[in-house]
Amino acid sequence: MLIRELERLENLLQPWREFEYINREVFRTLSPVQVEFPLVNLWKNEDKVVVTTEMPGVESEGVEINVTGKTITLRFERKPEELKDGEAYTRRERRYGEFKRTIELPFNVQSDKVEAKFSKGILYIELPRAEAEKPRKITVKSE
Amino acid sequence: MAETVKDKNRENRKIYAPAVDIIETTNNILLFADMPGVNEKTVDVTVEKNLLTIHGMIEPTIDDKLTLVFSEYGSGDYQRVFSLTDEIDKNNIKATVRNGVLKLVLPKTEKIKTRKIEVSGEA
Repeated sequence: MLIRELERLENLLQPWREFEYINREVFRTLSPVQVEFPLVNLWKNEDKVVVTTEMPGVESEGVEINVTGKTITLRFERKPEELKDGEAYTRRERRYGEFKRTIELPFNVQSDKVEAKFSKGILYIELPRAEAEKPRKITVKSE
Repeated sequence: MAETVKDKNRENRKIYAPAVDIIETTNNILLFADMPGVNEKTVDVTVEKNLLTIHGMIEPTIDDKLTLVFSEYGSGDYQRVFSLTDEIDKNNIKATVRNGVLKLVLPKTEKIKTRKIEVSGEA
């Protein structure tokens, strides 16, 4: 090998990293089902919900987003590098293929006002809450 | 002053090892690292003696007024270290970033490049 990794050695100096490494390896070996990909974070406030997901190496045109009521579905493909004759992988950790994820949102959203942007391999989707569901403040009138 | 505060905060940040693919071609070693959130300004590639370090810094992109409902990935910096042998030409390593993927081209030194020897038939 022309290139060798020092991660393990480094890990010994940082115990929590070693723990994470073991955790990841155990999960990878024992789990019959692959870990969810892409990984998603979900944020909200009273007016909107924000979904962010990491999809490095994906082109924005290849990402399909579908929103219906309370669910959002992401679909995309990540293609592997094309190898020419005489080229070979010596290490392969990145995942390839077609991926689909459906996420349940905390409330109904206005699907026609969803905005998505893709930058530096991170997809950011902003979904405004359905008007009818927004919390309303009721003023109490005195008689 | 502000700079020191920032640096201090950074020390407490989590560091993630990016997933890496390595491909060996005839003349080069190609390395691809998944580092979503970095661009050419926030990624550093350094070679010191025979150690190749890739490091990426992430700036939070989320507005403070939002609360996290659920989280499957953590946000932090990226770092991973590789050792290089003398068979790599350390002075000519090239790096590019696109869509959160860092690509390194590590050329092999002349002496180890595979040479094809033509076999000629005897007359």
